[in-house]
Amino acid sequence: MEADSRLVLPLAAIFTAFFVAPLVVLLLLSLHGDIAMQGWTLHNYVKFFTDPFSYSILIDTLLLGVKATLVCLLFGYPIAWLCARAGARWQSVLVFLVILPILTSVVVRTFSWIVILGRQGLLNQVVMGLGLSNEPLRLLYTEVGVVMVLAQVQMPLMVLPILTVLSKLDPNLADASRVLGAGEWRTFFRVTLPLSLPGIIAGCILTYAASITAFVTQTLIGGARLIYMPLNIYQQAVGANNWPFAAALSIIFMITVMIVVGVLGAIGRRSEIHGRA
Amino acid sequence: MTASRSHRLRLEAITHRFGASTAVRDINLDIAGGELVALLGPSGCGKSTLLRIISGFIRQTEGRVLFDDSVVDALSPAERGVGIVFQNYALFPHMSVGENVAYGLQAHKWPRERIGKRVAEMLDLVHMGEFASRKPRELSGGQQQRVALARCLAIDPKVLLLDEPFGALDKNLRLDMQIEVKRLQRQSGITTILVTHDQEEALSMADRIAVMSRGHIEQVSTPTGIYDTPQTLFVNEFVGTTNVLRGEFIEGPAVRLEHGPILPVGPDKAFQQGRAVVVSIRPEQLRFRPAPSDGAFAAVITTVLPLGAQVVYDVALTGGPSLKIAEPRDAEGGLRPVGATVYLAPASPAACNVFPAS
Repeated sequence: MEADSRLVLPLAAIFTAFFVAPLVVLLLLSLHGDIAMQGWTLHNYVKFFTDPFSYSILIDTLLLGVKATLVCLLFGYPIAWLCARAGARWQSVLVFLVILPILTSVVVRTFSWIVILGRQGLLNQVVMGLGLSNEPLRLLYTEVGVVMVLAQVQMPLMVLPILTVLSKLDPNLADASRVLGAGEWRTFFRVTLPLSLPGIIAGCILTYAASITAFVTQTLIGGARLIYMPLNIYQQAVGANNWPFAAALSIIFMITVMIVVGVLGAIGRRSEIHGRA
Repeated sequence: MTASRSHRLRLEAITHRFGASTAVRDINLDIAGGELVALLGPSGCGKSTLLRIISGFIRQTEGRVLFDDSVVDALSPAERGVGIVFQNYALFPHMSVGENVAYGLQAHKWPRERIGKRVAEMLDLVHMGEFASRKPRELSGGQQQRVALARCLAIDPKVLLLDEPFGALDKNLRLDMQIEVKRLQRQSGITTILVTHDQEEALSMADRIAVMSRGHIEQVSTPTGIYDTPQTLFVNEFVGTTNVLRGEFIEGPAVRLEHGPILPVGPDKAFQQGRAVVVSIRPEQLRFRPAPSDGAFAAVITTVLPLGAQVVYDVALTGGPSLKIAEPRDAEGGLRPVGATVYLAPASPAACNVFPAS
């Protein structure tokens, strides 16, 4: 046992040096007035919570995550359901299409979305060509656009956990429901959906965490006027050279995200206990 | 009450193909109201496909399914009024026992007050009244099966389908549950089909057994009929154990066995002279004889298996194949020793079943 546990030490050392130590530095930095780290102060935290501009960015970011996650779930669940029902060959084709965004470089992916969403972009040409609108829609540099792109990019993180849970579901359960007189809809809402809750929660945690921290997507699609936490931290640190405030923002952002993920995870564990056969 | 709730089931010329392969072929079966019929066969014989056709999950390629003279082919599983107990019970794991039983009643839009009453009544019927608020995972296998039965009987189905229901239970519990299910079935008078590959289960539970092989029914008969007068070699070999000897049919009627001796068979056996046949004799239909009399075969005991109430001897015929022979164990007499020379013969010519050699 002794020798076995010692094998973990190198990993623990790396973890401490490259993850825990920077976090400690970040925390210490956030408790100082300037980069020279003279004197302790809570000034940065007080500033954040008393400045409506600062905390409204945090709220916008958290809400952006909620919107992107919901859109992702709305499209992701049916996709996962189709994958689970498809035959082996179609399933691998569908899964490949779903994970394709992960396999593409984030910059390429984001620029193709700019081409699609722009004033003269693909989407507007289709909409105007069909006569659905006389004016080009404003999508680029709007939150709607950011949500659309985030939902597409994070889709695999939603689909894969749900697909895993759905494919492990005992097909006899749906059959039992049908034979007891329930239609497809009742079977879905009373049996399939509740039993896939653990997958939904896992998918939501992953897409949520990925969406609110997606610096490149948020910044390139949202533009300079839509500011979310990652860009805000970047601007404070690199633009305003206010490292202590950027550090405080990071700590606050991190703790908020941990709370959201923790709450979702607790719900997930409860549903898992209910769902276990 | 029994008669009014019992429904007849009729399968007419049912054939089902999956692509190029035929899963079931020309199945004809009439099941009387309140009867318990077992579909018995090895895995892949088409019995599960037939179950899914009766319950409406598969639409057969040809033929008709009738409940009480009305064709149900166009009805979905939800509309057909069948109850299924699945091999793994398929209880809804996120619902309590009571919610599981109430599920079908809710789907049938029963008023809430009546649902509560019915759930309590059904759980009492299977002696699970005090477990209503438990989750299925907190129950033992036998208890889960009782709940599965209560759940499917609650909606008063026309036909009850049991899909290998005792396979997951250990042996002692299995017998208890078989008795319990048979009691419930008799009590409710519900027409029942038991799908199983376990011959003992079929023999002990069913009024009639349909033995299936490679997609078609080999024989339908009572349990004793299946065991005593099998109509095909497959049925003979699949149900119970038997000794198979090759030979040719000769006048007598008798069979000249491959290794020489002549074995008289019952007068009802009629084949062409010289036809290659197989004779099947069950171990308990062979008798030890004290001396090499007429028609007794000499043999040497090679293995002794004392199986409780019975002893099974594996013997090698002189110049011929090995046979199994069973006799009741005599507590006083002890066992016959390995290596002893013995003489044996069928209990009677009628105990030999003769089938054409394939």
